[in-house]
Amino acid sequence: MSEYGKPTTEKEFDANFEQIKPLMNSTEAYYESSRCLYCFDAPCVTACPTGIDIPQFIRQINTQNISGAAKTIYDSNYFGNACGKVCPTEVLCEGACVYNHQDVKPIEIGRLQNFATDAVIERKEHLYQLAPDTGKKIAVIGAGPAGIACACELRLLGHAVEIFEAKAKPSGLTVYGVAPYKILNEEVLKEMNYLQEQFGYTVHYNKPITGKEDLSKLEQDFDAVFIGIGLGETRSIRIDGENLKNCVGATEFIEELKMEHLKTPVGKRVIVIGGGNTAMDAASEAARMGAEHVILAYRRAKREMGAYEFEYDLAKAVGVKGVFNAQPLEILGDHEVVGVKFIRTKVENGKVVSIPDTEFTEACDMVVRATGQAKQETFLAQIDGLELDWGKIKVNAHFQTTNPKYFAGGDAVNGGAEVVNAAAHGKVAAKGIHAYLKN
Amino acid sequence: MADLSINFAGIKAPNPFWLASAPPTNSGYQVMKAFDAGWGGAVWKTLGVPVVNVSSRYAATNYGGKRMAGLNNIELITDRPLADNLREIEEVKKRFPDHAVIASLMVETREQWHQIVRDAENAGADGLELNFGCPHGMCERGMGSAVGQEPNVLKTIVGWVMEVAKTPVIVKLTPNITDITVPAIAAQEGGADAISMINTIQSLIGVDLDNLVPYPYVDGKSTNGGYCGPAVKPIALNMVKNCAQIPDYKLPISGIGGIENWKDAAEHILLGAQSVQVCTAVMHYGFGIIRDLKSGLSRYMDEKGFATIDDMVGKALPNTKTWENLNLKYKVVAAIDEDKCIGCQLCYTACEDGAHQAIGLSGEGEDRIPHIIEDNCVGCNLCSLVCPVEECITMERRDDGKEHTTWKERSANNNIPTTFNDELAGGRGHWIPKPEEALKKGHYDKFK
Ligand SMILES: Cc1cc2nc3c(=O)[nH]c(=O)nc-3n(C[C@H](O)[C@H](O)[C@H](O)COP(=O)(O)OP(=O)(O)OC[C@H]3O[C@@H](n4cnc5c(N)ncnc54)[C@H](O)[C@@H]3O)c2cc1C
Ligand SMILES: Cc1cc2nc3c(=O)[nH]c(=O)nc-3n(C[C@H](O)[C@H](O)[C@H](O)COP(=O)(O)O)c2cc1C
Ligand code: SF4
Ligand code: SF4
Ligand code: SF4
Repeated sequence: MSEYGKPTTEKEFDANFEQIKPLMNSTEAYYESSRCLYCFDAPCVTACPTGIDIPQFIRQINTQNISGAAKTIYDSNYFGNACGKVCPTEVLCEGACVYNHQDVKPIEIGRLQNFATDAVIERKEHLYQLAPDTGKKIAVIGAGPAGIACACELRLLGHAVEIFEAKAKPSGLTVYGVAPYKILNEEVLKEMNYLQEQFGYTVHYNKPITGKEDLSKLEQDFDAVFIGIGLGETRSIRIDGENLKNCVGATEFIEELKMEHLKTPVGKRVIVIGGGNTAMDAASEAARMGAEHVILAYRRAKREMGAYEFEYDLAKAVGVKGVFNAQPLEILGDHEVVGVKFIRTKVENGKVVSIPDTEFTEACDMVVRATGQAKQETFLAQIDGLELDWGKIKVNAHFQTTNPKYFAGGDAVNGGAEVVNAAAHGKVAAKGIHAYLKN
Repeated sequence: MADLSINFAGIKAPNPFWLASAPPTNSGYQVMKAFDAGWGGAVWKTLGVPVVNVSSRYAATNYGGKRMAGLNNIELITDRPLADNLREIEEVKKRFPDHAVIASLMVETREQWHQIVRDAENAGADGLELNFGCPHGMCERGMGSAVGQEPNVLKTIVGWVMEVAKTPVIVKLTPNITDITVPAIAAQEGGADAISMINTIQSLIGVDLDNLVPYPYVDGKSTNGGYCGPAVKPIALNMVKNCAQIPDYKLPISGIGGIENWKDAAEHILLGAQSVQVCTAVMHYGFGIIRDLKSGLSRYMDEKGFATIDDMVGKALPNTKTWENLNLKYKVVAAIDEDKCIGCQLCYTACEDGAHQAIGLSGEGEDRIPHIIEDNCVGCNLCSLVCPVEECITMERRDDGKEHTTWKERSANNNIPTTFNDELAGGRGHWIPKPEEALKKGHYDKFK
């Protein structure tokens, strides 16, 4: 039995998805910031993909220069507030904190970051003065972390920016994908408003850029284009029964959960197929939605899972059961899902092979396929001269693509990483665009 | 954005943050690195007569989780050859013409002073700082604090320096003296252009309980040294204030002592310092702390509407009075915010055992929230100082703000109390539990 009842009110939903990194109060922030050693060439900074000057902002918190702290953060990362809550800090800054070598709890860098940025967002305090208008216009496709970060930096440099976004809200997967116990939608959107008010870019919502025609128009109307479209739908696993009712893709399931909360249908016995972070999230989320049994099925051994260990721990902590070396053969059912047929596997010469006569069936009434997101190759193929590398957009150090007018960043370039990586790309790309437009 | 640049007694610098004469200014390498990081000036490690140093040299006070709350050293002035230092000063000035480089000097005879002043100025120093403060080693040789403690000697030596100096002369004072204003006035009389304070305070950090040798350990022996770092800031601030309030005093002050963050610097400036110098914080965290110093100070200045450092200098001085000028009618009492209280009862025990028995406990069940017994509360602040929760104990005003009487006024009116029945004397209205209450069961029984 799961420890979570099915939430019937928003309050119950929030309780089931209690924030794992709640906002610090000023006392906690003061104590925690006092602990920071202010390391020289601090490893936490090196571990941050956006290279935030961490000891500096922590010291600024400690000396009650909270706006200064927020500015230090935003100087490197426009998703400073969200990142404080959604970054896998265990494997980034906090994982690198020198206290780990002393077996002392590392500094809670993420929560301190969230604390400082929350203060300026609440006060709507603007930290930047934009450069005078350059007269240049840049189109950004996708209002995800990469696109928004790029837009902010471009505006800082004095360029006009219009963002075209397929969906109704900004921040991409931050609002449509990240687990609800990491951050609330309101928090994400508050930072987005804060940024838009400060940097003044335009966003056209529900405006997907689809075909050649759209693209030519962008090329005509704008001096450069930034592609921050992320990845696509959940990939198929190409087995029978994938189209049955109650067999859903993980990103689609999570998006519905993020938007609809209570109204999202979740089965009693759920099988999540996959071993990545999205699989861990989907399994945790199903359990927190009141599923009585949640099985996480992965075709390789536990240690080979792509997911971070702490993500698996989070799932285990809410009652998710791991089944390893189990390859799905078929999703069973006539109309609706009733179970999954698996076969046991082992690894031989690095390859997964099934062990004959080891088929077994797990009953369930819902299957979540967390087998990775597809790349948006069909769309990208329509941009002239744009080269891909296994579906990922090829870029140089300035995030310029092989079509010089186009720059790109985020998941569409790295194949799927974290919000912080996308935010880092967007900013560097904006500098690249700036340099490109000057020539 | 506030303008941080200063003109200190004719020495210009892009900001008021200077490195104090100490190990961070040992060499041109360090000073250039510091300027590159954003420091506005540097007072070179004291140049002077040849010395030899011991090993080891430093010891520190750790307080709770904080290392180096205070630092003690038994180091002497520079032990690097004068020629090397002068060459490096020249090089730094070439590369950083707009930054302040001040040569700190300490020698003995008039001829030596003349020579070294000329050498330093020829090397391009923007100013000179006379080290009359080192409280160990050098004073045993009749220099450093031995000079700073003798106003007449100090004045004479300043006079020697002024005979040849062409650049502004700063006299660095020792805090190891009863009244800092005496040498400050002597410096002015001797013709100096500015003063700086404080040098280190004579100290002994502690004793190694295993081998019974004080710290720092030098082959089985130790000696007293000079104390600095965050722990000395209150002493430094008081001395800066004392000098800034000398009537008709003309010399600008460079504030030194316990500056680690922008707030410390702001405090020095508000109490009259026109530039600030930092040593221990840099020895602890490196030149990088300049980022916080500059960002924090300029944000503060913007918030307060100070356009320049000069606008800010001494702004707390009018609010700093002698005791006899404080309003005796002002009355505050402690108030506990029950919603914030976490029930540690530190306030209770502090007031009960360490102050005025003005905090009570309900003693009922789980209720751990103390209450203030207003009649007994003298408004001393102690409880609010020990309370670990921000703004949980606040001091609330109880007088109506209309009356104002000071001790000075009372003395002038011949109205000083002759009995303990005065409304502000300890005896009136003050309730003390009966003696037997002190020994009643319960206070510390659990631990007996
Ligand atoms: C389930 C899940 C959980 C995650 N959890 C975390 C986490 O906890 N922490 C973390 O740091 N990262 C997490 N990530 C990863 C993170 O969300 C992404 O790496 C990041 O959002 C990538 O940013 P992006 O800007 O490249 O793309 P996206 O966030 O995907 O944004 C792309 C945007 O472009 C829009 N778009 C796409 N195509 C078009 C088009 N043709 N025209 C117009 N608009 C278009 C999309 O609607 C979207 O808004 C998670 C990802 C998933 C799937
Ligand atoms: C190791 C050490 C060496 C010092 N040497 C000198 C010196 O050579 N000349 C001098 O004027 N002051 C010297 N000082 C004193 C500092 O310049 C400064 O006045 C004092 O440390 C107070 O500032 P702080 O609290 O920022 O450290 C020295 C201090 C330390 C810790
Ligand atoms: S590694 Fe840890 S202690 Fe060091 S600066 Fe970073 S957060 Fe502070
Ligand atoms: S700080 Fe440097 S010089 Fe001093 S003892 Fe350590 S290693 Fe040696
Ligand atoms: S010290 Fe503060 S928190 Fe502790 S009991 Fe007293 S009022 Fe409450």
